[in-house]
Amino acid sequence: MANRDGKHGNGALARLRGAGKSYGALRALDGIDLELRGGELLALLGPNGAGKTTAIGLLLGLVRADAGDVELFGMDPQRIEARRHIGVMLQDAQLPATLQVGELIRLAASYYPAPRSVAESAELAGVVDLLKRPYGKLSGGQQRRVQFALALCGRPRLLFLDEPTVGMDIEARQKLWAAIRHLVAEGNSVVLTTHYLEEAEALADRVCVMARGKVISEGSVEALRARIALKRVWCSTRLSLADVAAWPEVAEARIDGDRLCLSTEHVELLVRRLLAQDASLSQLEVRAAGLAEAFTELTRDDNIALQEAA
Amino acid sequence: MNSPIDLSILSERPHAPPMPRARIVNAYLQETRSEILRYLRSPGFVLPTLLFPTVFYLMFGVLLGHGNGQQARYMLAAYSTFGVMAPGLFGFGVSLALERDGGLLTLKRALPMPPAAYLIGKLAMAMLVAAVIASLLLCLALFVAHVPLTAIQVVRLFALEVAGVVPFCALGLLLGTLIKGQGAPGLVNMIYLPMAFMSGLWFPLSVMPKFLQQIAGLWPSYHLNQLALSAVGMPHAGSGAAHGMVLCAFAVACLWLAVRRLRRNG
Repeated sequence: MANRDGKHGNGALARLRGAGKSYGALRALDGIDLELRGGELLALLGPNGAGKTTAIGLLLGLVRADAGDVELFGMDPQRIEARRHIGVMLQDAQLPATLQVGELIRLAASYYPAPRSVAESAELAGVVDLLKRPYGKLSGGQQRRVQFALALCGRPRLLFLDEPTVGMDIEARQKLWAAIRHLVAEGNSVVLTTHYLEEAEALADRVCVMARGKVISEGSVEALRARIALKRVWCSTRLSLADVAAWPEVAEARIDGDRLCLSTEHVELLVRRLLAQDASLSQLEVRAAGLAEAFTELTRDDNIALQEAA
Repeated sequence: MNSPIDLSILSERPHAPPMPRARIVNAYLQETRSEILRYLRSPGFVLPTLLFPTVFYLMFGVLLGHGNGQQARYMLAAYSTFGVMAPGLFGFGVSLALERDGGLLTLKRALPMPPAAYLIGKLAMAMLVAAVIASLLLCLALFVAHVPLTAIQVVRLFALEVAGVVPFCALGLLLGTLIKGQGAPGLVNMIYLPMAFMSGLWFPLSVMPKFLQQIAGLWPSYHLNQLALSAVGMPHAGSGAAHGMVLCAFAVACLWLAVRRLRRNG
């Protein structure tokens, strides 16, 4: 059977090709390519203003591209037939406060051809005990779980989750992660935007980092981490900030509360020297760079990143 | 990944299993049901829309009317018109303004909701509230003010007011696309109340300044009120057909502008 475009990326559920979008003088998306394949979880990472939301908006048919192609299940996403295969959880959607959780799920499910039952959706999203509660009386984390239930109730083959775990406690976050893994294991695909590297790490098959409207890195989480050589060291020490900052091992030094916070590419050397020079050193902590550093690192040299990604 | 014959396409691109017609109808019903439930449960919407026309009518039409049947009859028409403007203007205008601001409309546009279901749901809610308002006012007129109304007059006024909410829904929809957020109720009131006043709903137009009498034909509420006066057997200006045509044209124009704005700006 001949494919319509017949060239490449046959397995894509959704695709941006050279997609661009400007708001006035602001170039929100600068000709990006993105492909969502069946059965995978793609995490879209990037600082605010990177273009993640615009990219999702294009794929959901909320925004029209100025340039390039946007396809959802081989169709224009503005066609309702294409959207009957997707589930959506947006970053902020105030649902009707006076409706009960069960009523909200029932309404969202009515939009789909063959939805899950209310009970099954609630079970998967962990909101069984909330079904009779009015949405407006729920905590922020509970509301996010309800929104997740709405996203999965239509048995979608592709889920868009925009910052799904913001405002959740650790336990709720882990439960949601388990539910997302369950959906992916069933063969569905998920696009996730997040600020938490742990979240991408826990779930993603593929990570796509965006900055300034471009995709600057694409690959596995490990590949992304490896690109970010910096580690961070915290410690309580009698050594002065100025002295430590002058060491060649230290890329950056600052005070963080009552501790020093040092960034380094040579963590073993640095820790050895710290312990040698200050026997009374305490509260030592070493962590891989967070996502913030990753972005700083990656966006500092876009060009290198682009070459590597290519 | 590019094998010469890639059969994955068969599973990756579903042949859009068609949505059964019964499920589409169900989507409309569920949307309507949700819309009605959510507003009936929010006292901030229900109480003012039901209480203002009934309490005003009780005060000005019944208590201050001193058994003057004609005044109670005149005001039954005027306050019915005043009453059904609110569910249209607030049910559509304010709720759309808030839902655009709060992201609910964006979510619904991303979901496979049939686009018309959103409007039909709100329209059904507004018509239901209009029916309740018209019933309450008719009960007050019949059983408290003892206005002698024929069965035909009762039915005509009721049907007129339930249908008469439509142009105000359209106006509300247009306003909802123009304004956004928490300031919406105040702004809609700035249109609702002056329009009611200038259409002669509170004081007869004949006691108003000449200029206001001349421009009264601009307001949809003026035309609905003339039809309401005619329905309860009061003297009125112009022909019923002309008023009806103006209201239809007004509704279509507002709807057209609103849909155009929604398509462009979301």
